[in-house]
Amino acid sequence: MLKRSLIAVATATLALGICTTANAGSRLDAVKARGQLVCGVNTGLAGFALADSTGKWTGIDVDLCRAIAASMFGDAEKVRYVPLNTQQRFTALQTGEVDILSRNTTWTLTRDTQQGLNFAATLYYDGQGFMVAKKLGVKSAKELDGAAVCVQPGTTTELNLADYFRANNMKFKPVVIENLQEVNAAFFAGRCDVLTTDASGLAAILTKDAPNKGADHVILPELISKEPLGPAVAQGDEQWIDIVRWTIFALLEAEEYGISSTNVEQLAKDTTNPNIARILGKTPGMGKAIGLPEDWVVRAVKAVGNYGQMWDRHIKPLGLPRGLNNLWNKGGLMYAPPIR
Amino acid sequence: MTVVSEPKGASPPRRRSFYDKDVQAIVWQAVFLCVVVAIGWFLYRNTMQNLAARNIKTGFDFLGSEAGFEIGETLIAYSPAANYTRALAVGFLNTLQVAIIGIVLATLLGIAVGIGSLSKNWLVAKLTAGYIHFLRNIPVLLQIVLWYTILISERFLPGPRQAEAFLGIFATQRGVYFPVPQAHAGWTAALVGFLLAAVALTLMSRWNAQRREDTGTARSLFLPGVALLMGVPFLAWALNGAPTAIDWPTLRGFNLSGGARITPEFAAVLFGLTVYTSAFIGEIVRSGIMAVPKGQTEAARALGLKPSVILRKVILPQAMRVIVPPLTSQYLNLTKNSSLSVAVGYPDLVNVANTTINQTGQAIEGVTIIMIVYLVTSLATSAFMNWYNERIALVER
Ligand SMILES: N[C@@H](CCC(=O)N[C@@H](CS)C(=O)NCC(=O)O)C(=O)O
Repeated sequence: MLKRSLIAVATATLALGICTTANAGSRLDAVKARGQLVCGVNTGLAGFALADSTGKWTGIDVDLCRAIAASMFGDAEKVRYVPLNTQQRFTALQTGEVDILSRNTTWTLTRDTQQGLNFAATLYYDGQGFMVAKKLGVKSAKELDGAAVCVQPGTTTELNLADYFRANNMKFKPVVIENLQEVNAAFFAGRCDVLTTDASGLAAILTKDAPNKGADHVILPELISKEPLGPAVAQGDEQWIDIVRWTIFALLEAEEYGISSTNVEQLAKDTTNPNIARILGKTPGMGKAIGLPEDWVVRAVKAVGNYGQMWDRHIKPLGLPRGLNNLWNKGGLMYAPPIR
Repeated sequence: MTVVSEPKGASPPRRRSFYDKDVQAIVWQAVFLCVVVAIGWFLYRNTMQNLAARNIKTGFDFLGSEAGFEIGETLIAYSPAANYTRALAVGFLNTLQVAIIGIVLATLLGIAVGIGSLSKNWLVAKLTAGYIHFLRNIPVLLQIVLWYTILISERFLPGPRQAEAFLGIFATQRGVYFPVPQAHAGWTAALVGFLLAAVALTLMSRWNAQRREDTGTARSLFLPGVALLMGVPFLAWALNGAPTAIDWPTLRGFNLSGGARITPEFAAVLFGLTVYTSAFIGEIVRSGIMAVPKGQTEAARALGLKPSVILRKVILPQAMRVIVPPLTSQYLNLTKNSSLSVAVGYPDLVNVANTTINQTGQAIEGVTIIMIVYLVTSLATSAFMNWYNERIALVER
């Protein structure tokens, strides 16, 4: 581990110390020249980013990278995925090892400011939850005084946990393990009473990793924090963050206007709705404004569908309700500024 | 410094020229130093500029801000409201704790294994040789993770609610809980008394040794020693209220509380480091003993010394001189390997520093702290071992 940190800092110093030029060119040009988007993702979390046995990545975070690659290159496969754990993710972005960090990462003030990151938008409104073994008979997080809690380091999770127990005058013993698989294993072995992370992460762990298909464990009703998860890029490149941000907005607009992977090509040809015509580039201008081909949204939606389709493909199977992540006009928080 | 002035006129004053070897050496060294400093400065300045350009905060003032995360085991008072400096201090003390205990245990185990591998008993020799070769060749990270998996498995140890006490001790998958005397001034006094008695005994034995040198006679210190070491703490305890209350671990809510506890995280790291390093130490002890000429044993035997006395008084003291230098590097290795704690979540320095780096985003500062602390610890260990080495080297007569 020591060696790893040393290597990390060595690369960080080298990258920051020598590559003075990296800042000069724009990220968009660099990605175009490379012909490939380098996308930092989770090491393996169902629904967000998970590689199958053939190395093919799926998940909502993965889909965002696919959508960007599709609108840039017309090919959603032109992405290289770099799995990053909680400790590596920000360094990878700061040093320019990845173009974008699309990895269930919470948008916070310190990360957005002094850590040199910029968050593009919220892709998923989440909150932190607790999972316990059913046999403990716990019904509420308020009953967790004295519990041993398994948690990953370097997360907002770790901080919220301490805050919550402090605020409620309760005590706990943390078991802090860096690797997701290891921390899950320790929890399921019975080392902790509680496993805590984002509610979406818990649902994924319950469906994919829990013994007995998750029948022995429950997720407690309380959510103790706000976790707006979204993609981040390095600070200092306005054009690049615009592309990431407006790709998410385009996927939301597509859902709002009923544009889906099945009808997008059709609509792009014969829509009479001026709004849809603008979004899909039938009326040109938007592509040029953002620095992408005019059919950027057509390409993206053809590759991954609209936001609702992404959700149904990746998050619904985890048994999670759409809730806050519904469109604004359906009772949710998803509200994209107009594409015009 | 003494200056020896040359007798006048003995030789003409030498003219230093650029072709002089000494001058050239100095010039080259100066040039080299300048280049190194220049590169260092260039890297530093560039790094700072780039960090600033990327809006990444620099400097060490984060050390004073609230850490906000909890730490599982601490030797000093700590809460999430404490600052990062304190969190890092907690981590450092945990590193020292596991390293020091690990060094003591690995040394004892290593000596036993090393001596065993030279045994004339075929079975003992083969078993210990097998131990050395097997354990030396399994990566220590794997050993630590394996120990952890065993220690937290419900197959081997019960959960806290199922556990039953044996003599007040609970062995569970969340650690071993055992009763300790309840904190009281009487116990503190007993501890102080014990330390004072130990100091007194050391002085007495020095004085005794001197007497043996001078007069050839000396009294046995065994009985007075036992009396001192037991009597003084007992008196101190008795005079300070003679507390007898014991803090028993009991099941409260989810977990056992009270008493003292050894966590599986600590135990896994300790076992992993101890067992792995003991295999290397065993090998070092073996080669150290082999380095003592056979004639020494034969001579000692001819004098009629018992085998155990030969080992203790003749072989080991001589072998130590060969053993200590490589032993030092094993101690350094063990200390550095303790950073593998991260894998099982024992909150050592690297573990806490990693979290700090991630929460503050200040990787370069964090890793600098790690490097400096390890460097100082390693230098201190080396200095101590060098001192010890010189001391035993002087035993030669
Ligand atoms: N949203 C939180 C936590 C995100 C997070 O890292 N969650 C864990 C637990 S679900 C995870 O994804 N770990 C995967 C890994 O380490 O590869 C944050 O940004 O700090």
